[in-house]
Amino acid sequence: MPQAITVEDLNIYYGDFLAVENVNVVIEPRSVTALIGPSGCGKSTFLRTLNRMHEVIPGARAEGTVEIEGQNIYAAGVDPVNVRRRVGMVFQKPNPFPTMSIRDNVLAGVKLNNKRISKSDADALVEKSLKGANLWNEVKDRLDKPGMGLSGGQQQRLCIARTIAVRPEVVLMDEPCSALDPISTLAIEDLIHEMKEEFTIVIVTHNMQQASRVSDRTGFFNIAGTGKPGKLIEIDDTEKMFTNPANKQTEDYISGRFG
Amino acid sequence: MSETPAAHTAAPAARARIDTTSERHLPWYHLALTGLASAVLAAIILLALGKLSIAGVVVLGYLLHLIIGFAYSRVREGRRWATDRFVSLLVFGAFGLALIPLVSLLMEVIVRGAPRLVAPGFLTGDMAGVIGGMDAGGIWHAIVGTLLVTFWASVISVPIGLFTAIFLVEYARTGWMKVLGKGITFLVDVMTGIPSIVAGLFGLALFVTVTSNPGIRIGMMGAVALSLLMIPTVVRSSEEMIRLVPMDLREASYALGVPKWLTIVRVVLRTAIAGLTTSVTLAVARVIGETAPLLLTVGALPLLNTNMVSGRMQTLPTFINSQYKLGNAVCNSDTLTNPITGIEHACSVAINFDRAWAAALVLIMIVMVLNIVARLVSYFFAPKSGR
Amino acid sequence: MSTIDASNKPAARKTVASGSGRRAGDTIFSALSVGSGLIIFLALAAVAVFLSLQSREAIEGSRELTGSADAVSLLEYTGPLIFGTVFAAVLALLMAVPVAVGIALFISHYASRKLSTPLGYLIDLLAAVPSVVFGLWGGVWLVPRLEPLYLFLNKHLGFIPLFAGEPTAPMKNLASASVVLAVMILPIITAVSREVFLQTPRLQEEAALALGATRWEMIKSVVLPFGKSGVISASMLGLGRALGETMAVLMVMSPGFTYSLHIFEVGRHQSIAANIAAQSAESTGIDMSRLIFTGLVLFVITFVINAIARAIVSRGPKS
Repeated sequence: MPQAITVEDLNIYYGDFLAVENVNVVIEPRSVTALIGPSGCGKSTFLRTLNRMHEVIPGARAEGTVEIEGQNIYAAGVDPVNVRRRVGMVFQKPNPFPTMSIRDNVLAGVKLNNKRISKSDADALVEKSLKGANLWNEVKDRLDKPGMGLSGGQQQRLCIARTIAVRPEVVLMDEPCSALDPISTLAIEDLIHEMKEEFTIVIVTHNMQQASRVSDRTGFFNIAGTGKPGKLIEIDDTEKMFTNPANKQTEDYISGRFG
Repeated sequence: MSETPAAHTAAPAARARIDTTSERHLPWYHLALTGLASAVLAAIILLALGKLSIAGVVVLGYLLHLIIGFAYSRVREGRRWATDRFVSLLVFGAFGLALIPLVSLLMEVIVRGAPRLVAPGFLTGDMAGVIGGMDAGGIWHAIVGTLLVTFWASVISVPIGLFTAIFLVEYARTGWMKVLGKGITFLVDVMTGIPSIVAGLFGLALFVTVTSNPGIRIGMMGAVALSLLMIPTVVRSSEEMIRLVPMDLREASYALGVPKWLTIVRVVLRTAIAGLTTSVTLAVARVIGETAPLLLTVGALPLLNTNMVSGRMQTLPTFINSQYKLGNAVCNSDTLTNPITGIEHACSVAINFDRAWAAALVLIMIVMVLNIVARLVSYFFAPKSGR
Repeated sequence: MSTIDASNKPAARKTVASGSGRRAGDTIFSALSVGSGLIIFLALAAVAVFLSLQSREAIEGSRELTGSADAVSLLEYTGPLIFGTVFAAVLALLMAVPVAVGIALFISHYASRKLSTPLGYLIDLLAAVPSVVFGLWGGVWLVPRLEPLYLFLNKHLGFIPLFAGEPTAPMKNLASASVVLAVMILPIITAVSREVFLQTPRLQEEAALALGATRWEMIKSVVLPFGKSGVISASMLGLGRALGETMAVLMVMSPGFTYSLHIFEVGRHQSIAANIAAQSAESTGIDMSRLIFTGLVLFVITFVINAIARAIVSRGPKS
């Protein structure tokens, strides 16, 4: 059962530099939340703190609480590895493993963790995940071919299949369509619609039309200027955000006055 | 770039004289013709002196061409192009000069080494009881010794080198680890510059101190000395290979809930495996021909010893050196009898050099095979980009 | 770390390994990595410590320190060796650098793109030849062929101290050793210079050619200034190699312990490395200690040269 994510007083730093300041937000389960804002406003940084991926970057750290199922993922003794198994992530650029076939890419979460899985279970998981990523019909005849041989859009859907094969509760997407052509983008957006039946989805996007198309709620990040921390200005239902935002900055941004 | 002198002076000069005969660029075959003329002239001069030889014609012809080609170009094309021609000739000459040692060395090794190499028993025999100019003896014991010592050097160096490279790329990113990483990078640089003889001295001093036996010479000492030379090579090249693995792939793996060490083993090393194999193979190829450290640490022995921790050992490089040092043999009688096997052999004055050349041929073949294998591995097993 | 695992979502839990097990994997792996790095620290410390320990006897027993007449004079012993080592290496460098720069230019700017890679391999092939084979080739093939040249230079240019003296056959002299050393360091200098030359900004080269410069004028005004520091550091690397090389000197030069400038005379010079290789088998006690002391000196010399090379590289143009 997907859970709400509750973020309280979250500050994110790169070394001594405060990148994102004081985020408080509740993300509803089984919904799509889009994060928009100008470049460098910290929306991707914030996204990465939701599964502790920011820790991969040297010097990055977060203070505050992020609760999933009422448990703070920043509490002492929490293993980020376990967090990431429950909160999956899809990246800006499709990044299938170059040494693996399509099938192995889908099973990567299982195989890389040295888990045993029977052939029939694996087949079922591959089929289910690829169907869940709307890719099954396109690749079912060439599962043993390298994942790198697919088109960009197919690669990105393969990465989504790989992510949902681990059966996370939350899927984070960091500008998943920015490297793709319009047709592939449409396919991914359709997929996001279907996925929210099962997953809580948080998507960062540069594209406001995309945010309005796919999301139930939209959050707007902004920075006061270079060197200043990014802030979550406003978050509300997508329809309200795009028609009648409460904050002046939001209105300026979505009406195209800056950004 | 606009302040470059040539740019300033060349442009107006070229424009001003564009239709005059004093400066123009003639096609390349003019250079070939002057070259031919120089070669013919060189041949005539040498013939007149009675010292005609192909090498002489090439050397004298090249030197004459430097003058003739320049003079011809100076008259027909002008000073600037003449200088250009002259430098081109020098540059071509430099490359040709470098080919002399390469070609002559490979020719010598093959021509002088091959006959002995195919002599019966050379590859399979050892040097037990082979004395004086006895036309016998083999290098089986030296081949095995070389392979053993290099193998153990690799056993020591590859894990240390690989893990150090992993440390430098994957762990030395923040805090004290980063400081340590900088220190290690510096020390690896220092290690790269250790002269091989010093590595040998270290192996010797280490074992002598630890065992308090000044006469100790064992295979393992050689392996330790060689690993001192091998570790920095392995670290540097594997570090480069591991750094080439895109950060994307690590992140993809972390996002799937894969712990760091499994990410390194199953994603990073797996992706870099071709490059890593290549770098280890090249490191092996580099140390397999090392001679000086082995002179000091493993000594010499005329027969097979496969025990790495007891007794001296023969290796191919030290075998070549010792045969070379023996020089021409003295043949007082036509035949010699091996005191161990009792077999009678003919006496050959040049036998020591023959054995040295043949062993050199074997050593070069081993090194070349390793180099070719390394290149093939990186060519065929590099991850395919697919599209 | 198990708090999150203890959730009420059994379907997704599957068989998550216990948190401590995973942590153990990471701990062991990072310990191995850090440990390997530390071994390098230890190894170098051990080299310094063992060489110093073993050379103590020679230093303490030297006449310079003890003043006693029958003691070993360390300065008198080491001096000619350092002289011979540096002399041979510098001569080799003087011969190798112009040729190497020529080859590097040939590969980077004269040969066609298609040819440049295989030609580069050809020169790299020289680097793959073991030093003992170079020694063999130098001693047997090269030395007799250099003899006429030596006699010619000695006869006609003998007023230059370098070429003076009385050359005797076989010409196993410092000049021959330097030629072999030059051949051995050629590939490294060529490889590094070639890389730097290839990094010359294409736009600058084309700008020079577009302004009507000849190829040589373009190289002189764009490529060489850009690659200067690279060539210097490559030369330093080559010098470091030449200083520490053992076999070429051991097999191609008859040893002697003087400060002679006559490079054609046999039995005048010896290098540190070749001396260690030649003497170590028969040396014990203070003789051995003295050899190890010279080894330490060699280590320090090459360290300084390599440090200079590195300093130049780090100041040079970034790729």
